[in-house]
Formats: sequence, structure tokens, C-alpha cells
Amino acid sequence: MSTTSAAHHDDHGHDSHGHPTGIMRWVKSTNHKDIGTMYLWFSFTMFMFAGAMAMGIRAELFQPGLQFVKPETFNQLTTLHGLIMIFGAIMPAFVGFANWQVPLMIGAPDMAFPRLNNMSFWLLIPAAILLVASIFVPGGAVAGGWTMYPPLSIQAGMSMDMSIFALHILGVSSIVGSINIITTIFNMRAPGMTLMKMPMFVWTWLITAYLLIAAMPVLAGALTMLITDRHFGTTFFNAAGGGDPVLFQHVFWFFGHPEVYIMILPAFGILSTIIPTFARKPLFGYASMVYATAAIAVLSFVVWAHHMFTTGMPVAGQLFFMYSTMLISVPTGVKVFNWLATMWRGSMTFETPMLFSIAVVFLFTIGGLTGLVCAVLPVDIQLQDTYYVVAHFHYVLFSGAAMSIMGGVYYWLPKWTGHMYDETLGKWHFWTTTIAFNVTFFPMHFTGLAGMPRRIPDYSQQFAEFNMISSIGAFALGISQLLFLYVVIKCIRGGAKATNQVWEGAQGLEWTVASPAPFHTFETPPQVK
Amino acid sequence: MNKKAIPFLSTMIGSMLALVGGNSHAAYELNLKTPATEIASQIYDLHMLIVWVCLAIFVVVFAVMFYSLYKHRKSVGHQAAQFHEHHTLEIIWTIIPALILIVMAVPATKTIFAMKDTSAADMSVKVTGYQWKWEYDYLDKNVKFISNLATTQDQIDNKAEKSENYLLEVDNPMVVPVGKKVRVILTASDVIHAWWVPEFGVKQDAIPGFIKEVWFKADKEGTYRGQCAELCGKAHGYMPIVVEVVSEEKYNGWLVAKAEEAAAGAAGADKEWTKDELLAKGKTVYEKNCAVCHQATGAGLPPAFPAITGSKIALGAIYGADGKYLPDSHIDRLLNGKGVMPAWKALLNDVEIASVITYTRQALGNAATVDPVVQPAQIKAAR
Repeated sequence: MSTTSAAHHDDHGHDSHGHPTGIMRWVKSTNHKDIGTMYLWFSFTMFMFAGAMAMGIRAELFQPGLQFVKPETFNQLTTLHGLIMIFGAIMPAFVGFANWQVPLMIGAPDMAFPRLNNMSFWLLIPAAILLVASIFVPGGAVAGGWTMYPPLSIQAGMSMDMSIFALHILGVSSIVGSINIITTIFNMRAPGMTLMKMPMFVWTWLITAYLLIAAMPVLAGALTMLITDRHFGTTFFNAAGGGDPVLFQHVFWFFGHPEVYIMILPAFGILSTIIPTFARKPLFGYASMVYATAAIAVLSFVVWAHHMFTTGMPVAGQLFFMYSTMLISVPTGVKVFNWLATMWRGSMTFETPMLFSIAVVFLFTIGGLTGLVCAVLPVDIQLQDTYYVVAHFHYVLFSGAAMSIMGGVYYWLPKWTGHMYDETLGKWHFWTTTIAFNVTFFPMHFTGLAGMPRRIPDYSQQFAEFNMISSIGAFALGISQLLFLYVVIKCIRGGAKATNQVWEGAQGLEWTVASPAPFHTFETPPQVK
Repeated sequence: MNKKAIPFLSTMIGSMLALVGGNSHAAYELNLKTPATEIASQIYDLHMLIVWVCLAIFVVVFAVMFYSLYKHRKSVGHQAAQFHEHHTLEIIWTIIPALILIVMAVPATKTIFAMKDTSAADMSVKVTGYQWKWEYDYLDKNVKFISNLATTQDQIDNKAEKSENYLLEVDNPMVVPVGKKVRVILTASDVIHAWWVPEFGVKQDAIPGFIKEVWFKADKEGTYRGQCAELCGKAHGYMPIVVEVVSEEKYNGWLVAKAEEAAAGAAGADKEWTKDELLAKGKTVYEKNCAVCHQATGAGLPPAFPAITGSKIALGAIYGADGKYLPDSHIDRLLNGKGVMPAWKALLNDVEIASVITYTRQALGNAATVDPVVQPAQIKAAR
């Protein structure tokens, strides 16, 4: 990618800036495209790392009994898998998209605060090192689940402190990045691009950035209380000192539920970009999509305790959180209906990005409907902390967020690299991923209903068959992602020359610049009609 | 239709899968367990209602999508329309889901009120979660016992054939009479656990320092099995719950037997035990209660669980010059616990504590010279 963008650079007559080369191009980068690229590679590295942990989990669960890891190691695998996938893979991937696409989509030359942008990326590295290195300290990595509930997390060794610091750093990075994105969107739009003319992806990121600024400090608060409980004798979460273990859960999920939407709203933005392109038809219900996104964001702050239905809240609390949670399915439904109406009477073609998008609409809806099942409190009493929940959140997080990211990568890869990716291999990647994903996670609905708790290294024999099927699917899903890596590298190294427009139905400012996008774009703001 | 359709469906899918898997104990359970209480039945029906509604929505919505994918393709020459707004449609697909939600919310609300009503219970049992076992305390009955996993380590390590109720069997099950409203009072001693019996429709977190109440009234006699449902550390997967629902008569007999058992245990505290008796008894107590953390060899899992072999506490003096046990001595640590170590005085009787102290001082590579043997009477006095 570096050589091609350098080649185009001369066209813009910016030699006076001096073109950064070598390693310092990346270390000191203030360029939104380079930083976006680094975010995406960081995300993919973490995705493979946490994915390898998932392979360990599924290997152990392949059969009843203990075969490969000890129970304490198993808990470390599930905990780190969750933490790294959420904070290391999904969130940085979306920030990578925001970096690359937001300035291009709104006709801005770069992000509003380029040096801050550099800092928010490079903060990820020490955080990742802390998380990964915690595996090697005495007692091993954190093993209390990614939710880190006390008092269990109070018992943990020093890996807990390392993880807390890692999350603090990641929180700073997210907040800084969000301020950057909000400022960019509000101040640097091309003349004529009013808020209600912005691409949907920009809208979803604007709202996501607000969610991040509101939610991450809450997590930081919970984690700080945890660390003072661990080391400085406070008793926020210890009943013996007048505290309450459940307080942590309230504070954590006040962050945690908006976090769920932080990981899905940008995915909605990607879908709302890809589907109109390949349906060759404008996005249906643009305004209602904006309002639905905002409604989801607001509601996401008043549903947190549905993660805690089994803690034994008073009836009034249980009813409130059940109703508010059910309500959130209305704006989510509106989004799905709008995507269908966008496809309706279009002129569709099914390139890899579109295949991913259709699969996401289909599979995310399954995750949404099982979410509705879980929202109904009496039913959730049976499902809480079972494999049903594991199935549910992988349907929204893998086939919602991760597969949207994959679709987005295929969609914009020609713009980023200047080459078309290998369509045949892309489709292979799509089909293997989609089929393996369903083989892995669909049976978990059944094991959960039948009563298999999550986070256990071993299970009674009634669950043996479905677990074996899940494990086989998981290995296939893991191997499929190597194909993804291959397709991306192949595309970077060469391939058919991409046109500026790339896709026949593509609309928007990013398609008016050359492919690959030059190092500097929109130094003169374009005029939007 | 629901209750009949689902077993049929599960048999169909199950037998198809069995053909693929060819496994002898193919279980392919597809749905919630058969309810054993009124509440669990309500939950079952509620779940079926939602599943059918969701399935209907899913089929309708995606029938539209697949029709569109089939008909509105460029390859069949379909020209793209350019409409992108329709207010009536937007309003309709906002209102209809909202109405469907109300249909679901009404029965759910009724069930929530029923679940919460712990009044007028026939009996109460206090259940306490420990890492990693459950304690059952029959209030006003003077019956109190620990319930441990009964599956052997060899089965877990694949060195022995797995039993029928692998990981779902305990040494001391909870026993309750059929048709009686049982109030379960839940708490925990160390971290959060969750007490869950699927057939009863009961799952409640056990939170250290807090008391939570749930209830069940089992309609049918039988054995019902559940598991801890909140991650509580390394042996979270190894603390099952077994509830035996028996006739009133059998229940009363069981109460008497349990009381006699406790009395026999207490009587042992008054006699002088030989060192060998204490070591033999101590070994079983150790393997059942201590080995899960400190390991069968006594090597522990530092830093979380210290080694007993060579430990200062296991080798050091117990009594001070005044004849009272020292703070941080072996007896103090066993009786009162510290940090992750539970206070065993609530869990074990005098004989068990004395024997396990003697065992850990004289076995596992230790040979304490000061206070080499501890008698049950000394524990009784120290309480």
C-alpha cells in the first residue's frame, strides 16, 4: 500500500511536506489513512490471537472430561478471549474504519486532531502488551470472566491489576479517539453537507462516539473502585465493610450495555453503506435510520440491569428493565425493515461485501430475536449464564459486528489498495465463515436451553453431541480466517486495477478520489449539492 | 399445540442428528427441561409463546427478503426503482412490533409477581454457596450439611468410565417433601454463586453478605439436578445441586436420620482419638474439602492457594504460654479462615477439624514436632 500511495502523492504537489518513509512513517504518523491502516492490522492481529484462544476453549469442550487444559487455565482462556475480542479486535476495527472513511466521506483533508489521533492508536500497544503479558505472571491471566465481578476479581493475582491498567489505557484511547471523531464530523464537513446529508456510516459513528465518551469513564470508575478494594483497603464491593458486590455489576453494566451498541452501531453504518450500493438504490428511510440509531443509543443507557436479572432485584426494578429491554427491539426492527426495503425492487448483485451484508441482516436478526427471548425476565431466569446466552451474543457480535467488519473490508479494500481483491476467494471466505459460524453457534441455543451453564471446562454427557458439533464448526471457522488474511495480502500486493468508482452503484465523496486514495485528499473541500 | 409439537420436532431433528453422529447416548435435547413446578411450567409456556411469535416474524420478514433476492437481481434484468421513503410503512412497522411486545409482556409480568411471592412457605432452607460446594441448613430442624460433588477425579481425568450423572451427582443431596412450598434463603461465604435447578424454574445469585429469597413447590417426586450458574473460580463447573423430592413420610425419616448422624459426629468429640485414627479420618476430610485448592499432594497452587507442605502454619506452634490458641495458628486458620480460606467452624465438626489438622501436620511431607496431634476435644474447647 505504501508504494502506491506514494506514487499518487506527487499529483497533489505536496512535496514540501516531505514524504515520511520507513518505520517512522508509521510511528509518527498523523495521516488518517495510515493510522486507519494501523488500527485495522492491530485489530486483525488481536482477532487471530483471541481466536486462537477460542480454539483452545473448543478443543477442551470437544468431549466431556478434561483433555487439554486445567479448569483454571480454561477460565483464563474464556476471560482473555472475551476481553481481547471486545477491546482489542472489534472496537479498534471500527476506529480503523472511522479513521479511513469519515474524512473521505465528509470531504475533510484529515481528522481534526491528527497528533491526538496518533496517540490514541499508540496507546493500544502498551494496553495489548499488558493484557497478553498477564498470561505469564504468577497465577496466570485473569480468570474471572471479562465482566470481572468481585469478590472473585478481588481474589485474583497481579494479572488483574495489569488488566485493569490495560482497560484504563484503552479507555483513554477510546475517549480521545471519540473526541477527535466528533470534532471532525462537526467542524470539517465539506460545504453543503448538512447533518442530514451525511452518509449513514458517519451518523452511526457520531452517535457511537458519544456513547464511548459517556460509557468509558463509567468503566474506569468501576475499575478504579476495584483496584482500591484490592490494594488500598476500601470496601466498595465488600459487604463486611458496608459495600455491595452487586454495586459493581450495576456500574459495570451501565458501561457494558452501551458498549454492546458501541460494537454494533458502526456495523449498522457499514451495512447501510453496502446494501444501497449493491441494490443500486438509495437507502430506504434515511431519516428514520438516523432517529432509530439515536433511539437505540438513548435506550442503551436504561437497560443495563437485564444482565443482572438473577441478582434478585425488587419487582419494580425487574419490570422496568424488562420493559425497557423489550422496547429496544422496536428501533432495531426499524433498521432491519429499512434494509429490506432498500433491497426491495433494487437491481442487486452479490459481490462479497453484499453477501456479508445480507448474511449479517439475516443472522443478526436471529441474535436480535433471541435477545428478545432473553429480555422476558422469567425466561431469562432459565437462560442467564447458559450457552443460550453464548449463542445469542455471538450471533450479534460475530455475525453482527465481526462479519460487518469483514464485509466493510472487502467493500473498501479496492479504495485502500488500488486493486480489486480476488472475488472467488472472497466468496469462499464468505461461505466457509458463514457456514462454520452457524455450525459452531446454532447448537449452543439447544445446549443452553437444555441447561448447560457457560464458563465450565467440562460438562455432563447429555451435552456431548452438540458440543462436538460446535467444536468442529469452531475449528473450521478459525481456519477460514486464514483465508481472509490471504485474500487481503494478495489484494495489497496486486490484482486488477480498481477504478475510482470501484462499485457500479457506489455513491459518496470517497469514490470521487483516486484508487488507491492518495496520501492527502480533499485539500480543497469539495462542494456538496 | 406447543407442548406436543416440540417433542415431536425434537425427536425428528434428534434422530436426524443421531444418524449423523451415530453416538450411543445421543441426547440432542432441544428445549427447556420438563417443568416440575407451576412456575417452571409458566416459564416453559412463555418461552414457547415467544419462540413461535419470533419464528413467525422471522419467516415473514425473511420470506420477503429472499423473494427480493430472487426477483430483484441485476442478472435477471431487474431495473432498480428509486423510491426511498414511505411514511405510512415506517409507522406501521414501528407500531406492530410494539403491539406484539405488549402481548408478550402481560403474561411475563404475571409470572414475575408469582416468582417473587415467597410468603406462606411451609418450610425454609438456608443455602450457602462456598468455593466450591453448597451448604444446606434446615432452619428450625437442626439439620445442616455440606453437599459436595460425588464424581471422582478419575472420571474427570478420563481414567475411569463416566457415571450416568457425571458432574451432576453429590454426596449429600437436598431433600424436600413433595407439594410443599419451600422457601430457599440464599447467601454465599466467599464469592458470588448462583443456585439453579432448571426443572424448578429457580435461578438466584448467592451473594456474600446479602440474603436473597426464592421459592419452589415441586409437584412430582423425583431427583432434580442443577449446577452453579455464576462463575465462581476454578471449580465452578464442579459444584452441582441435587434436590430429591420425596413423600412427607420419607422426608421425616430422612430428618431423623440426619439428626442421628450429627449426634454421632458430636459424640466423637468427647473421646480420646489415637493418632492413626485421626490420620485416617483426616485423609478423607482433606481429600473431600481441602485438596481442591491445596491439591492432593499438599503442593497448593501458589500464589492463590499456598502449599501445605512445609507451611509455617502447619508446622508452627498452636498454643501460646497462656494455653489459648495463637492468632494465625493452625487452629485459628481452620476455625476462622482468612481471605480465600473459608472459616471451617461453620462447615465441619470437631472430629473433622481435629483430624484434618493432625493429618496436615503429619502427612503431605510434613512432620510437625510442636503440637503434633490435635484432639477433637481441643477443637470443641477452642470454638
